[in-house]
Amino acid sequence: MLAFIIQRALQAALVMVVMSMIVFLGVYAVGNPVDIVIPPDATIAMREEVIRRLGLDLPLWKQYGIFAWNLLQGDFGRSFIYNMPVLELIGGRLPATLELVLISILFATVTGVSLGIYAGVNPESRIAKLIMGLSILGFSVPSFWVGLILILTFAVHFGIFPAGGRGETVMVFGVEWSFLTANGLSHIVLPALNLALFKMAMMIRLARAGTREAMLSDTVKFARAAGISEATILRRHVLKLISIPIITVFGLELGSTLAFAVVTETIFSWPGVGKLIIDSITVLDRPVMVAYLVLTAFVFVMINFTVDLVFALIDPRIRSGRQKS
Amino acid sequence: MTPSNPKAPTENPPVGMTETGKPTPPILLFWREFRRNRIATVALGITILLAFVALFAPFVAPQDPYNLQTLSLMDARRPPGHVGSGGYVHILGTDAQGRDLLSAILYGLRISIQISLAAGFIALTIGATIGVLAAYIGGWVETVLMRMVDLQLSFPAILLALVLSALLGQGKAQLITALVAAQYAYFARTAYGAATAERRKDYIEAALATPLSARRVIFRHLLPNCAPPLIVVATVQIASSISLEATLSFLGLGLPVTEPSLGMLIANGFQYMMSGRYWLSVYPGLMLILLIMAINIVGDQIRDQLNPRLRR
Repeated sequence: MLAFIIQRALQAALVMVVMSMIVFLGVYAVGNPVDIVIPPDATIAMREEVIRRLGLDLPLWKQYGIFAWNLLQGDFGRSFIYNMPVLELIGGRLPATLELVLISILFATVTGVSLGIYAGVNPESRIAKLIMGLSILGFSVPSFWVGLILILTFAVHFGIFPAGGRGETVMVFGVEWSFLTANGLSHIVLPALNLALFKMAMMIRLARAGTREAMLSDTVKFARAAGISEATILRRHVLKLISIPIITVFGLELGSTLAFAVVTETIFSWPGVGKLIIDSITVLDRPVMVAYLVLTAFVFVMINFTVDLVFALIDPRIRSGRQKS
Repeated sequence: MTPSNPKAPTENPPVGMTETGKPTPPILLFWREFRRNRIATVALGITILLAFVALFAPFVAPQDPYNLQTLSLMDARRPPGHVGSGGYVHILGTDAQGRDLLSAILYGLRISIQISLAAGFIALTIGATIGVLAAYIGGWVETVLMRMVDLQLSFPAILLALVLSALLGQGKAQLITALVAAQYAYFARTAYGAATAERRKDYIEAALATPLSARRVIFRHLLPNCAPPLIVVATVQIASSISLEATLSFLGLGLPVTEPSLGMLIANGFQYMMSGRYWLSVYPGLMLILLIMAINIVGDQIRDQLNPRLRR
């Protein structure tokens, strides 16, 4: 087991190194940051002074070396536009994104699993067919368009929920949160719903397929024979049987929801990390782009690493299987 | 996952049976089975219709939306049904420049389909090559290639496409590159899975025992037998690349303004949404959904038909 952990950790580290190189080179190729930072009427001496200060005159590999060394020390550089440390900038936006992502994925899981179990237990009922139809729709409809329709319906037409922004926030543990105030909560409803729909469609399908299989299992047959009520069977046995794939997907989807948050945050002007990165791309704020990409890669690598470890703990076959390849 | 319809009329002979003693061509059998799912047949019809309309957009559209001479600002932002100064009815209304929205949608459809088909085919070619080669050669090539693919699959496609199109800038070629990079891994995984399964079968061993060249074995024996799962993934991926392209264009990262795809039409309409001019975003979006859903339903049906496990 220890060998497996070490092997996986080394692999994760290698991935991070490669990712940081790709990101650094890729972002380096975009535009000339000098033109953004330096006003067009600056003298040549001023230009050169800024170029030297930013380290843009060094050869590429040296720039990468400095960049990687700083990364290891947790220094992601300063934003060209906001003129503050990037880590601070992203850190300041992170709570908004986390709040949105967590609320929507919890909502998606709870409703998705309940609907999926219902559809799995009564596969032929009208409601089950409606649920499955909705899940096909959830897969097919691009999430940004759903966002527009939500705004059009609930913000413009009915005026129930605000169309954008974060609303009032409260400071808890030194961080601002929206979901603790009534106004903030009303702001989070539409974006969270928007972000949740795709995941919900997926959870419905997973839970339905799992339930249909579980209902045929010996466990359920025995439980029925023992006279346990259907509701208890569902809660005690079926839920347990279908929970492993759901937990896996929950973990994996946490990352992809973070990625999708970029779209939702842009539509609803939610001041999170996703909006920051889109804004940074449009103004070519290199350090912010690089930091976002490296951090996202890091999050994904960590999630995959954890999932691998958990699987190896649960299923010894994976441990030996992986060593063979 | 379209529900199969057991009560469908069975005027056709059962699958595999011969009518006149001669074997029926497999493609005909496939079509007969396909036709039994009415929803999928309608979806196929819609897909073909939309592709046709997109291909002939210049002839079908009531107006050339990008010929500035035919546009009049008098007609700008009119609701659906408005009779414009051009003399015809703008069935879906007009946009901020006074162009007929229906025509703009048809032209947008053309661009969206163009991009996603190009991206789909390139991704299919690259992905199938990687997957089949990895399975055929084996050894360290297999390990390196498939590790790379697995690594990429652990990142969501939207993120990769987003980052790449941000790095590459706007433009058709750049967008296609970003979509291909985001999607080839799915094809590679599928091709690899199919090819490793086929590779172990006797007919490949037999082909390898003959003095046939490796190329011939791969192209004539291995690849055709990996085709069914690849076709299924291709339909799904084309639908998803239409959606991805629209999302990127909506975020302003995809195509330049001179080539408005459906996603960009929606984005352009977004700014007028708050003032109640819903049609600018809603109709292009409906077209997008119609297209994606139709392709997905067709893909589902093909998958069900190609899946031997669902056969009795």
